[in-house]
Amino acid sequence: MEIILSIAIGVMTTCGVWLLLRPRTYQVIVGLSMLSYAVNLFIFGVGGVKTNVPPLLGDDVVTSSLADPVPQALVLTAIVIGFATTALFLVVLLASRGLTGTDHVDGRGDRK
Amino acid sequence: MPFVGSLLSAALLKSSSRSLPSLIAGLVALGCLAASIAAYPAIAEGEILRANLEWLPQFGLEFALRMDGFAWLFSVLISGIGFLVVVYARYYMSEDDPVPRFFSFLLAFMGAMLGIVISGNVILLSVFWELTSIFSFLLISYWHNSAAARDGARMSLTITGVGGFCLLIGVLLLGNIVGSYDLDKILASGDVIRNHPLYLMALIFILLGALTKSAQFPFHFWLPNAMAAPTPVSAFLHSATMVKAGVFLLARFWPALAGSYEWFILLGTAGIITLLLGAYFAMFQQDLKGLLAYSTISHLGLITTLLSLGSPLATVAAIFHMVNHATFKASLFMAAGIIDHETGTRDMRRLSGLYRFLPFTATLAMVASAAMAGVPLLNGFLSKEMFFAEAVETHADSILDRILPYVATLAGAFSVAYSLRFIHTVFFGRQPVDLPKPAPHEPPRWMRFPIEILVVICLIVGIVPSLSIGPFLHVAVTSVLGADTPEYSLSIWHGFNLPLIMSMVALVAGTVIYFVLRRYLASCADGPPVFRRLRGQRIFERILVEVSWRWARLAEQRLGTRKLQPQLRWVVFTGFLAGMLPLTLSGFEPRPFAFSGVDPMFAVIWLIGICLAIGTAFMAKYHRLAALVMLGGVGLTVCITFVWLSAPDLAVTQLLVEIVTTVLILLGLRWLPKRNEGVDDAITLRARFRRFRDLALAIVCGVGMTFVAYAVMTMPVPDAIATYFLENAYTEGGGRNVVNVILVDFRGFDTLGEIAVLGIVALTVYALLRRFRPAADSMSMPEQQLIQNRFDEERPERSAGDTVKEYLLIPSVIMQWMFPVLITFAVYIFMRGHDLPGGGFSAGLTLSIAFLLQYLAGGTRWAEDRIRILPLRWMGAGLLTAMVTGIGAWFLGYPFLTSHSRYIELPLIGKMPAATALFFDLGVFLLVVGSAVLILVALAHQSIRINRLRASDTEKTKGGEA
Repeated sequence: MEIILSIAIGVMTTCGVWLLLRPRTYQVIVGLSMLSYAVNLFIFGVGGVKTNVPPLLGDDVVTSSLADPVPQALVLTAIVIGFATTALFLVVLLASRGLTGTDHVDGRGDRK
Repeated sequence: MPFVGSLLSAALLKSSSRSLPSLIAGLVALGCLAASIAAYPAIAEGEILRANLEWLPQFGLEFALRMDGFAWLFSVLISGIGFLVVVYARYYMSEDDPVPRFFSFLLAFMGAMLGIVISGNVILLSVFWELTSIFSFLLISYWHNSAAARDGARMSLTITGVGGFCLLIGVLLLGNIVGSYDLDKILASGDVIRNHPLYLMALIFILLGALTKSAQFPFHFWLPNAMAAPTPVSAFLHSATMVKAGVFLLARFWPALAGSYEWFILLGTAGIITLLLGAYFAMFQQDLKGLLAYSTISHLGLITTLLSLGSPLATVAAIFHMVNHATFKASLFMAAGIIDHETGTRDMRRLSGLYRFLPFTATLAMVASAAMAGVPLLNGFLSKEMFFAEAVETHADSILDRILPYVATLAGAFSVAYSLRFIHTVFFGRQPVDLPKPAPHEPPRWMRFPIEILVVICLIVGIVPSLSIGPFLHVAVTSVLGADTPEYSLSIWHGFNLPLIMSMVALVAGTVIYFVLRRYLASCADGPPVFRRLRGQRIFERILVEVSWRWARLAEQRLGTRKLQPQLRWVVFTGFLAGMLPLTLSGFEPRPFAFSGVDPMFAVIWLIGICLAIGTAFMAKYHRLAALVMLGGVGLTVCITFVWLSAPDLAVTQLLVEIVTTVLILLGLRWLPKRNEGVDDAITLRARFRRFRDLALAIVCGVGMTFVAYAVMTMPVPDAIATYFLENAYTEGGGRNVVNVILVDFRGFDTLGEIAVLGIVALTVYALLRRFRPAADSMSMPEQQLIQNRFDEERPERSAGDTVKEYLLIPSVIMQWMFPVLITFAVYIFMRGHDLPGGGFSAGLTLSIAFLLQYLAGGTRWAEDRIRILPLRWMGAGLLTAMVTGIGAWFLGYPFLTSHSRYIELPLIGKMPAATALFFDLGVFLLVVGSAVLILVALAHQSIRINRLRASDTEKTKGGEA
């Protein structure tokens, strides 16, 4: 399990960083989303990888065997904030495109 | 106390009265003086007065004040001369100047200076030290409309400020060596400090601080430039205070630092050069205050030299000379001020024969400058004799030590020469011609009074030293030297010995020098020959320009860029290094990969996920829609992972956020440029290199992340706070869904901050889009709409817009029907949140998706006509609810956001959890709905706005044509 998750995180990081360094704003926004997936999964993974033990308290559940709720709470807020930043960045992207007429990250067209 | 007085004067800023602020200032200074004198009996007993206040106890810092004999001597000097300067300034300042400001600065400066003297903690000392730099800056630039004053002030601030910073480093090092910042402890551990490997570092930094303050070579040049200050300021700053702070510090730290060879070499070199150069420069000044400034430099050099010798007797002489110099130099500055005041000029080429007009002032000035020259029966003579005696002694055998007697005699001769010049040119000779103010006369009685006092002190100390200054000096010296206090005698006549011969030689030689050079001096340009071109000021300004302008520009050119890509590249690279370095340094080893225990299904899902991720990266440039779809796929894979790995809450939120984000970006896609077919795809070599570099960076980061992630995940999870949350979620938070309890209860404050951020983002988006104007090439109708309209127009039975209406008719009807269902579902998710996966976040997102569907189903115009939701109010209500819930806990005597829970029986529904956290969650819910809907509405609304924009544009072009 862990190995697959780590490879997935690695691949998503690679794609995210690659896209982040591209000149088009759209690529950057997609790259950021991708990076946030990777980071969220990473933080989530810090709590250990367990199946079938969601942190829901029942009457006959041993608390120590449950999955770690702290990273989950952190990631939950991270997801929502990620949504907010994506929205913000999208609008900045659109505004910059409207002002400069290009979708290059520098707002100045391509460099040769 | 002076600070209070300073504030008082500052409060009088508006008034034009001269006497009120000066009265306050005078009283304050007198009060300080009285307080110091009152402390004398205790000090004389050898006691050390202390007052401690807690300041930053966690850093071992306290606001400690400490007054021993040496500090006492200086306090008296500062407040006494301060008082005299205030009296003098009362008459010196003209009606037009903002006098309250002057006295306010002066008192603040005095307070800072007293602070240096009596602070018992070295950190506190350096704080006061910086304060004196700042206030002296303000004082020097008092006449701020003169460029010379501004430049002089800036230069002095730069130099002393840098020095103060060095001093801070120095005392930090010192504190580190000793283990305490307490002055007593530092002074007591001199041997520890001198044998410590960091001694040299600390010494150099502290010396830098002291030498810059005391205007020692090579930092001497700020002092003459500071002469643009009003004369009372010069008299105060350059006699008893500012420049004395440096030598005070050296004497203060003398027990801790002195006695080593480094101390002697560093300090001795600086002191001797300053002594000689200052005296030499002083001879050739044409400006009265310039002459006095250079002579101050020279006398400070003398004190520094004395301190550098490291012998107790020399230190006695140094302290003695500090006092003497303060008295005669203050009176001389004041006399120069009177001359300037009465004649309107300070140029010695124009002044002469003033004795006729100012006989009284002239006499006083003569006595004071005789003291400066070291004429017998005056105080300057005594300390100079002591200096000569010390110069003859051998301390540390070196060239420096051997040349010292000759240097001392030479400097003495120079000082005789310039003192003589001061008196002879100004007061004697022919009648002055073309003075700016034609008829000089004696100043008011009280303006002369401070000078009289000081000159009388000079005389008394000079004639009966052991009766007058003797006991005070003894107290001061004992407090610095402690047990090492040597036998010394303050009498005038020590017999016909070597120092006396040196004094005689100096006196005669000085007179000879003056009369030889007299002709030349009367006509020469300002500044000494040979060195005239070599101006410290020029060098300083050159350096300043070089550093602050050329280097900055160079750095900006080399390192700065307006392009985002290199910046991001650096960010990523630095991030990578920041992750990598600590791991390598702490011996991180990647764990061997184990493929056992892998669920094949999970592997397949992630195989697809990885393919989708790589696909996204490839497609994002030319096929935005495809990339978006694949990105959504990756998101879903992440979502499945959360389900698989026991995180249902995350899965729900991720799914919902994924939907909202995708729709958002879809809405944004419309405004992005079309693919430019005309671009030639030939890749240049540089572009290829750039891409290769980026790819390499990306892969390195990815591989690193893989290793780190694997290592982290396979490590045993330490028993951290998780257990606490798991055990207490139900008993204290009243919920079974631990994640939700953490969000709304244990870490509710974080959540509050987070929803505030969400609200801010929504508002920002809204604000940005209100003035949004799409790029020119996105203004025309999208191609799909054109096709649809053409289709409608071609058929007579259809009207324009029909196709859009019929588009996806059945799904849109279902979507409209789904609206109430979705609302119910949102409420359900919300209510179960405390015990089962769900909660405010996911419920809010669900409700916004419900609205979203209406937009999709009916189109923007349809939905906007019918929408009954005011996102801004929802957001406000949400934030308020959350806050009020938190504040409610206060009224019940609990900390902010403490929650209370119980189960209540409701008819029909049954047992219901009713924690106050539910209200908090309600706030979260409201805010999430508000923000998400606001963002969506704002974006979707653009497609309606563009029609209006298009219409107004058409009108404009028509109007232009007509």
